[in-house]
Amino acid sequence: MAYKGAIEIDIQHCKGCGVCVANCPTSSISLSKSVNGKGYHYAEMSSDNCVGCGACGIVCPDSVITVYRIKTE
Amino acid sequence: MNIEDIKRPENIVYKRPTLLTDTVMHYCPGCSHGTVHKLLAEVIDEMGIQDRTIGISPVGCSVFAYNYIDIDWQEAAHGRAPALATATKRLCPDKYVFTYQGDGDLASIGTAEIIHACARGENIVVIFINNGIYGMTGGQMAPTTLLGMKTATTPYGRDPKLNGFPLVVADMIAHLDGTAFITRQSVHTAAAARKAKAAIRKAFEYSGKGIGLSFVEIVSTCNSGWKMSPVEANKWMTENMFAKYPIGDIKDILKK
Amino acid sequence: MAEKILMKGNEAIAISAIRNGVDGYFGYPITPQSEVMETLMKEKPWESTGMVVLQAESETSSINMVYGGASCGKKVMTSSSSPGISLMCEGISYIAGAELPCLVVDVMRGGPGLGTIQPSQSDYTQVVKGGGHGDYRNIVLAPASAQDMYDFVDLGFELAFKYRNPAGILADGIIGQMMEKVEMHPVKPRRTAEEILQVAPWATTGKPSSRERNIITSLSLDSDIQEKFNQKLKEKYDLIRRNEVRYSEFQTEDAEYLLVAFGCASRICEAVVEELRAEGIKAGLLRPITLFPFPENEIAALAKRVKSIMSIELNLGQMVEDIRLAAAGTSCPVGFYGRQGGNIFTPEEIVAEFKKFNNLK
Repeated sequence: MAYKGAIEIDIQHCKGCGVCVANCPTSSISLSKSVNGKGYHYAEMSSDNCVGCGACGIVCPDSVITVYRIKTE
Repeated sequence: MNIEDIKRPENIVYKRPTLLTDTVMHYCPGCSHGTVHKLLAEVIDEMGIQDRTIGISPVGCSVFAYNYIDIDWQEAAHGRAPALATATKRLCPDKYVFTYQGDGDLASIGTAEIIHACARGENIVVIFINNGIYGMTGGQMAPTTLLGMKTATTPYGRDPKLNGFPLVVADMIAHLDGTAFITRQSVHTAAAARKAKAAIRKAFEYSGKGIGLSFVEIVSTCNSGWKMSPVEANKWMTENMFAKYPIGDIKDILKK
Repeated sequence: MAEKILMKGNEAIAISAIRNGVDGYFGYPITPQSEVMETLMKEKPWESTGMVVLQAESETSSINMVYGGASCGKKVMTSSSSPGISLMCEGISYIAGAELPCLVVDVMRGGPGLGTIQPSQSDYTQVVKGGGHGDYRNIVLAPASAQDMYDFVDLGFELAFKYRNPAGILADGIIGQMMEKVEMHPVKPRRTAEEILQVAPWATTGKPSSRERNIITSLSLDSDIQEKFNQKLKEKYDLIRRNEVRYSEFQTEDAEYLLVAFGCASRICEAVVEELRAEGIKAGLLRPITLFPFPENEIAALAKRVKSIMSIELNLGQMVEDIRLAAAGTSCPVGFYGRQGGNIFTPEEIVAEFKKFNNLK
């Protein structure tokens, strides 16, 4: 069974701590070169390798990540 | 498949817990408090006990915990949360009562209150955030500060001749007959956070059984106080804090 | 005819707590008030009314248990004596700052420090002016008999809940230890959960979906919000000053000289007034029953017509400062006589000091 996932980040409330980046098993998240209203380099989905495992969501201290997942086969 | 097609409500596998309020947490980027608050909110929600849970917040960075989880809260004086929790639980035995305390609050100024709540076997949950430093007041030495660790009041590193040795609270209270479940967890990885959540849930379930006090220590980071990036702090924690404060269950009186 | 039972003042506190539907008592042993908790433990109210009684590890913990219990809208109390009250002042300040009702009984002994275990009135300033940090006031009742000890438990809770403010009973070792007949009033049951929701909608009773969460805190980092809160407290204290002054007068109608005394000292001063009157000196006594609010208007009115006022206290002169403030603006001289260290004055001793102060023979 294979999965494909996606994440939605509330970028205005992301503090750019990078804990999600370090925890992503498929290296699908990185910190943006842009900053949000608070001046933080917010996290963003940077590849389509996401499998929707939810690791980023549970470790995010600010609970700004929503994780989606579908079965692909 | 297009990414936008995946982002549909029916495909959500993880989202912000409903019991977290919309208030933006005042914690520094990467602070463990936010993650632990989230796990607590999830456990209270999943157990369906929002209307029967009373939280007691401490003095320290998490003094404003009451702004973030949508339950009734009492804000205690520094170190005194277990005393408030004792009376609350004894006067309202059908409620779930937990304290949320840092290492300065619980392990320094509040040692009498926590030790005696444990000794009396109060049927409460204690969430103990141990990051080895005073966060809110600006990074001073805590009772749990590691030897050699630099803080604002140990600028040359904690020296046992000058500052004594770190206090290992969870192991100390494991010897007390009033404690039911004592565990040490962390939240720096997804796997660790899931285990911590299971431990918090177990602690709440035990507190409903009337078998004594449940204590969940979360070995945590204070990246601002430690003067590291959040990711470096997590790494430093695993390499240094875990040696003194090893992760795992310390006591479980229901485990055969 | 209500039942009368011979008991110590300290026992009266305990029996009254059980009979007046108190939900919880949290305390720590200290002379001269240990009979309060001892009596409660002997009576086992948890088997009759469901009242919680707990011996805490310290006075600090006792008062913080009171803080937690009061946060739940429960009628909770503690008792201690002077050094223990010093430890409790942190918690009392938080309780005042969180606007919670509770009852704190201080059966005073001599200080400072460990002092003596004998009676004293030297916690007047500490208890009446607040005791802990920050601008706050306790409602303070001063009993002069075992019956007062019994009655003031209920009165203290009534005032504490009416104003969401800590109330105190400021007794002393004499009132706590002496045995007198105490009339038992009809029993009041503990409040039901529904009644608590009515009386204390602010309490942490568990958040249902029908209301916002209740937060008990004394913290505010915003100067303007904190100042507004301080002003709100002042309004409350002024309301208490207007509505809740209690005092008794003894032969003041035609008095030319006034004695002011509270607690056990007021009983001794009744004998002083009678001795002076037997000698043809028209003396009278005002006994403040509430120390906060202080009967300042009544004293001010008397100051306009008497030749002098003398404050009689078992301390170095604490209440006398409030009397001088009340009499300020009049030409009435205000004197003081006191004993310390657990020593008690005799009526004869006070008569002699009174005559010396007033240049009478």
